[in-house]
Amino acid sequence: MLQTAQRTLKSKRKKLAAPHERFLEAFHWMLLARTLEEKLVSLYRGGMITGGVYIGKGQEAVSVACGLFLQKGDIFAPLIRDQAGRSAFGEPLLDVTRTYLGSRLGPMRGRDGNIHRGHPRKNELAMISHLGAMISVTVGALMAKRFRGEKDFIGLSCIGEGGMQSGSFHEGMNIAAVEQVPLVVVATNNHYAYSTPNDREFACHDLVDRAIGYGFEGYSLDGTDLGACLDVIGGAVKRARAGRPPQLIVASVLRLSGHGEHDDASYVPEEIKRKPFARDCLKVAEQTIIDLNLADADTLAQWRKDAAAQVDEAIATAQKEPAPEGDREEWCAISTRELADSFE
Amino acid sequence: MSITYLEAIREAQAKLLRDDERVFIYGQDVGGTFGGAFKATKGLAKEFPGRVLNTPISEDAIVGTAIGAALQGMRPIVEMQFADFSSLALNQILNNAGTHYWRTNVPVPITVRLPSGGTKGSGPFHSQSMESIYAHYPGLIVMTPATVEDAYTMLIEAVAIDDPVIYCEHKYLYYHLKADKLPEKGLPTGRARIAREGRDLTVVSYSAMMQESLAAAEELAREGFEIEVVDLRTVKPLDTDIVFASVARTGRLLCVGEAFPWGGVTAEVIARVTSAGFHLLDAAPQRLNAKDTPIPYHPNLWSAHRPNAKNIAAKARALLRE
Repeated sequence: MLQTAQRTLKSKRKKLAAPHERFLEAFHWMLLARTLEEKLVSLYRGGMITGGVYIGKGQEAVSVACGLFLQKGDIFAPLIRDQAGRSAFGEPLLDVTRTYLGSRLGPMRGRDGNIHRGHPRKNELAMISHLGAMISVTVGALMAKRFRGEKDFIGLSCIGEGGMQSGSFHEGMNIAAVEQVPLVVVATNNHYAYSTPNDREFACHDLVDRAIGYGFEGYSLDGTDLGACLDVIGGAVKRARAGRPPQLIVASVLRLSGHGEHDDASYVPEEIKRKPFARDCLKVAEQTIIDLNLADADTLAQWRKDAAAQVDEAIATAQKEPAPEGDREEWCAISTRELADSFE
Repeated sequence: MSITYLEAIREAQAKLLRDDERVFIYGQDVGGTFGGAFKATKGLAKEFPGRVLNTPISEDAIVGTAIGAALQGMRPIVEMQFADFSSLALNQILNNAGTHYWRTNVPVPITVRLPSGGTKGSGPFHSQSMESIYAHYPGLIVMTPATVEDAYTMLIEAVAIDDPVIYCEHKYLYYHLKADKLPEKGLPTGRARIAREGRDLTVVSYSAMMQESLAAAEELAREGFEIEVVDLRTVKPLDTDIVFASVARTGRLLCVGEAFPWGGVTAEVIARVTSAGFHLLDAAPQRLNAKDTPIPYHPNLWSAHRPNAKNIAAKARALLRE
């Protein structure tokens, strides 16, 4: 029988579990994601982005650890708040800015927007809005690799505590365990499904307890602690690669934004913002860097400047690119052109 | 030798598994020694170990898994135990598979087999015809074979197509319909065919209703009417050319489908003919579908609920008098 290993959320780490280099690399991606998303928010507020902007503020430490341990050949299924993980996995900044700004040259070519993007050919699955749906898709991708006799691959699928309540999620988790695929599911409990708090989302004692019911191994995680994220998610990736049963991580954080930038999150009470899980993971990581003397204030300032320069360039490039046009679009939803239903 | 519609589906899958290592079959009870609720995969798990896999009762995850595998180069065939249960997989089929190529430029070559349509005593949840729902959404091909030969060649073609294919096989035809042998090659996908030639009235139909329409045409022939029967074969894409050509010859159109009447394939055919071929018509086009109620259990009610040779003939007679 599988045991559910619990980790305390209050674990104060005196020393880092992950090697310093990896910690700093992760911090760079977090900083880049935060910088990029802050810029996207200001573009949105300035009316320069149509649709919505959905950011991962407060979830960067969990997310970056999701992308960082994946290797060539692994499958990544990021979700709505996974900019840090996407960047660490290898998604170019231009993919993001082109998609948000509706460039015809982006991966979605104006046909889909914001976080609904991906590169299926590069093993970054393109999420749909219907939560939980991508778990089983990740399972299938892993089965295909096993059918072909590939070795040393895993899949990592991201979800939130909101998506964990969908039927699709339950079916996906169960089928993952039935198929015994090397899968890691990282669930970030950011305490709100849009405006709905945890007590109207689920009634179990702890979401990680579900792991044993699905046939997963489960671990809890303080998602505000980058060192812990690298340690716990890195460990899960290693175990999945080594042939252990599918792994479920449940990370605790507070969503430090609205659901999207159209949402002021005024429903979030002040007292929850003082909870330990409400800490800003980026600030916590920065403090660790200073405390351990991994970089000085000047270096940190330089990193921020570098991140801003990269973001500005990606935005400037996408802004210059052509937008799609209705009368030049190819209105065909299938690849087999001769089978298009052409009656108008 | 004689082969049934059901055996043709099994044979097509055996051939696909034999010829293409990317193919695997995924669905409830398809594997082991059982071979599916209707035995469409009988013996295949033994012949192709590890490639015909039983699944949990998780229609959403079954299709999601197939999508993931297809994105990584496989050619999965999903068997829904009954078409009715594919309602539980609508999200994966319509929103994931159906949108994927348009959104990402990467097609999803899955085939979803739907054992469709009514049989005696099957009731509201084991009798439905879902083709109109799938045809309504972009990004899917919807096949509705009406003959043993088409059941065979179209399933092979479905797996070869790079896009998601909804393959609606009719349960009523499983054992009723027989052929002498299986063909090497069928008509191209998307091409309708004239199943019976006639000059007085065109009946456009597909799947089991095409067989009922042929029987109705036989009955009317004894009364001196020559009915032309068009078998759509695929409802999406819809071969409007052959329908227009037939209506141009006969001037009268009756569309017959087993699905519920609101909207759907028969309404679509009539809309296209009236909007672009109004001048071809000598009388208002008509349609015949199942009734707008759930599908009844009792055989007396069931046979009155769906179109059949008798009421198709009656509807055609009325249209011929117009």
